[in-house]
Amino acid sequence: MYPELGQLALILALLLAVLLTVVPLAGSLTGRESLQAFARPLTTGMFVFVALAFAVLTHAFMTDDFSVAYVANNSNSMLPWYYKFSAVWGGHEGSLLLWILMLTGWTMAVAIFSRRLPSVMISQVLSVLGMISVGFMLFIVVTSNPFDRLLPNVPADGADLNPLLQDFGLIVHPPMLYMGYVGFAVAFAFAIAALINGRLDAAWARWSRPWTTVAWAFLSGGIALGSWWAYYELGWGGWWFWDPVENASLLPWLSGTALMHSLAVTEKRGVFKSWTVLLAIITFALSLLGTFLVRSGVLTSVHAFASDPDRGTFLLVLLALTVLGSLMLYAFRAPVVHVRSRYGSLSREIFLLLNNVLLVSATLLVAVGTLYPLILDFFQLGKISIGEPFFNLTFSPLAIAAGLLLGVGTFSRWKKTDAGWLGRKILWPLAVSMLISTAAIVAYGGFKPWAFLGLFTACWIAMTTFWDLWDKSGSRKGRVHGLKRQSRSYYGMVLGHLGVAITMAGATVVSNYGIERDVRMVPGDTAQVEDYQFRFVGIGERRGQNFTAQYGTFEVSHEGKFVAELHPEKRQYAVGMSVMTEADIDAGLFRDIFVAVGERISDDAWAIRLQYKPLIRWLWLGAVFMAVGGFLAVSDRRYRIRDPKTSRSTSSAGAATGKTDAQPATGAAS
Amino acid sequence: MHPIRKKRLTIVLFLLAGLSVAVALTTYALRQNINLFYDPSQIAAGEAPTDARIRAGGMVEEGSVIRDPDSLKVEFKVTDYSASVPVEYMGILPDLFAEGQGIVAMGRLGTDGRFVADQVLAKHDENYMPPEVSGALEKASKAQTEAAAETATY
Repeated sequence: MYPELGQLALILALLLAVLLTVVPLAGSLTGRESLQAFARPLTTGMFVFVALAFAVLTHAFMTDDFSVAYVANNSNSMLPWYYKFSAVWGGHEGSLLLWILMLTGWTMAVAIFSRRLPSVMISQVLSVLGMISVGFMLFIVVTSNPFDRLLPNVPADGADLNPLLQDFGLIVHPPMLYMGYVGFAVAFAFAIAALINGRLDAAWARWSRPWTTVAWAFLSGGIALGSWWAYYELGWGGWWFWDPVENASLLPWLSGTALMHSLAVTEKRGVFKSWTVLLAIITFALSLLGTFLVRSGVLTSVHAFASDPDRGTFLLVLLALTVLGSLMLYAFRAPVVHVRSRYGSLSREIFLLLNNVLLVSATLLVAVGTLYPLILDFFQLGKISIGEPFFNLTFSPLAIAAGLLLGVGTFSRWKKTDAGWLGRKILWPLAVSMLISTAAIVAYGGFKPWAFLGLFTACWIAMTTFWDLWDKSGSRKGRVHGLKRQSRSYYGMVLGHLGVAITMAGATVVSNYGIERDVRMVPGDTAQVEDYQFRFVGIGERRGQNFTAQYGTFEVSHEGKFVAELHPEKRQYAVGMSVMTEADIDAGLFRDIFVAVGERISDDAWAIRLQYKPLIRWLWLGAVFMAVGGFLAVSDRRYRIRDPKTSRSTSSAGAATGKTDAQPATGAAS
Repeated sequence: MHPIRKKRLTIVLFLLAGLSVAVALTTYALRQNINLFYDPSQIAAGEAPTDARIRAGGMVEEGSVIRDPDSLKVEFKVTDYSASVPVEYMGILPDLFAEGQGIVAMGRLGTDGRFVADQVLAKHDENYMPPEVSGALEKASKAQTEAAAETATY
C-alpha cells in the first residue's frame, strides 16, 4: 500500500512542478502579480510531496519490504539499520530520488530566504528551478521508478547492498555531493532569470553569490568525503585516481570556483557580466554532465549501477535541452547588457580574470581527458583510456600557476595597483615561503622539482594570506580590535585560501614522499617502511553482523618504540559471497600508517600492503577549511540586512557596497 | 590605440596565451598517455604493439592461475575463448579477481608474447563486466559462429 502512495506523491510532485514552471513565469512575463503569487505555494507543495515519496521509500527499507524491487535489489534483512537507511541512495533509483529531494529542497530554500527579492525575479527563478525538477521527475517516473513492485513473487530476502557501500562514507558522501551539484542549479536559475529580464546587475550578482558559495562549500566537502572513502575503503590507499567519475565531480567544482570569483567582480565592479552568466550556465551544465556520466552507465566504476540505454538517452536529451536552451537565451540576451568600467592592468579585476582563465583551462583539460575516450568509443574509433600521468602532468602546472597568482592577487586592489608597491609587498612572503619550503624539502629527504614547486606554492598562498590579514587588521585601537573589525566574508576568503594551501601541501607531500610496499609475509615476519617496523603477529577470525572476517594483527613500532596495533580485515559477506578488504589505519596529523591484507599466497604466507603516507590528512583538512570558509562567508551580515529598495538603487553603481571584504583597510597603504 | 581597445586586446591576448599553453600541454601529454585496448585474439594475432603501454582484457582462464609461493608473483591466462594470452603480475590482486571473472590488465607486451602487467583491475561487484571485456567476448563468439557457419557450408 505504502509504495503506491509514494509513487502517487511523486506524480503529484511532477504535476506541481509543471504548474510551477508555467504559472509564475507566465505571471512574470505578463506582469500579473496574482499568477506570480503562486510561485511559493507551488514550491512548498512540490517539496512536501517529494519528501513524502522519499519518506515512503525509507520506510520500505526500514521495514524490509522486499516486494519493492529496488529494496529487494539493494537491501537485506541482516543489514544493520543505519545501512538500511543509507541503502535508500545505494542504487540508481534511490540516489536519483535523493537528487530530486535536494533539488526541491534548494528550491524551497530559495522561496524561504528570498523574501526581499522583487516578485518578478523570484517567480522566474522558481519557475526555472521548477523546469529542472520537471526534467528529473519525468526521468524518475518514466525510466527509474523506485517503487516498482515484484508481485506476486516476493523474494524471501534482499540481494544485499554492495559491501563496498556498507560504510559510513556512503551514508554522508552522496548527500553532501548532491547538495553541491544541485546547488549550482540555483545559480543557474538566477542567471537565466536575469537573462530573461535583461537585468544583469550587481543586485543579481549579490543574490547569486551566497547560493553559489554554499553549493561550492557542499561540493568541496562532498569531493573530499569521496576521496577519503576511496582511501580507506576501495583504493588500497590511493586518494585520487583521475577516474572519470571523480573528474565528473571535479569539473563543476573547478568552474564553480571560477564562478564564485567572477561573481565577486561582477558584484563589486559591475564588469565581466556576460562571462559570469556564461560560467553559471556552464557550471550547472557540468553538474548535469556529471550526473549523466555517473548515472547512464557509460562508465566503468563503483558508481555505475545496472545500465539501461533508455536512461542514458533520457539524461543526454535533458542535458542537451538545458545547454542548448540556455545558450540560445544567452546568445539573444547577453549582448543587451553592456558596461564601461575602467581598470588597470594590475588591478584586482585582472588578477581575478587570470584566475578564471586558469580555472577554466583546468576545467577544459579535465573535460578533454574524461570525455575523449568516451567520444572515440561512441564513434567506434577504438577503445582507449587516458592514464593518471596525463592529468598529473597537465593539471599540476595549472594548479601551481593559480596558486602563485592567488598570492599576488591577495594584495591587489580594485581598479589599479601600484606595481612598485605590490613588488615590495610580496618580498617578505616570498622569502619566508622559500625558506619554509626548502626546510620542508630537506626534512622529507630529497629535492624533487615538483615537490619543491608544490610546497613552495602552498607556503606562498598561506604566507600571503596571513600577511594580508596582518596588514588589514592593523589598527590604532590594537590588533584584537583590528581583527574583530574584519568582515565574516573576508575571514571566509582567508579560510578558503588557507584550505587550498593545506590541500596543496598534503597532495604534494603524499604523492612525492609517500611509500607503498607490497610484501609477502608469514606470521612472525618483520618489514621495514621508512622508519617504521611492521611485525606480522598472526591471523585470527571474527564474526560481524552480516559477514565473517579474517583479521591480521600487526604491531607497528617506530625506532623501537611501540606505535600502534593494527587489525586489517578480509571480510566474507554472507549474502552474495563477496570478499572485501578492510584496511586498518593509524591516522595522524603528520602521517598515516596503512596496512591491508591481500590474498593468501600459501598455507601461512599472505600478501600484505604496507604504506607510509605523510600529510595525507591535510588533503581533507584543507577541504574542511574551504567548506567552513564558504559557510562563514555566506553568514556575513551584508547578505542578510539589506532592503531590496536600497540594493536596487546602489546596484548600478556597483562599487557602492560598503565596507565589506577586499576593501583595503586604512593601514595597508603605508 | 584607444585605451579600452588596448585593454580588450590585452585580455584577448592573455586568453589566447593561456589557451595555447593549455592546448600544447594537453596534446603533448595526450600523445604519451593514451592506452589502447586489445583483446586476446588481437594480441595472439600480433596486432598489439610491444613498445607501448597497453590494456588487455578478457576472462581469467579456469585453472590457469599459478602463484609463486615465495614472492608476490602471479601468472594467469586471459582469454576470450578463441585465443588466450599469458599474463605475469607482481603485486596484490583485487578482491574480485578469480578464475572465470572478467579483468582488465595494464602493462606491456613482451616480444615473447607474454603480457607483463603492472596493474590488474577487476570490477566492483560480482554481476558486472568491464565493457571492453564483454565487447571482446562478443566479438570472439561472433567470429567463432561465423567460422562454424563457413565450415558447415563447405
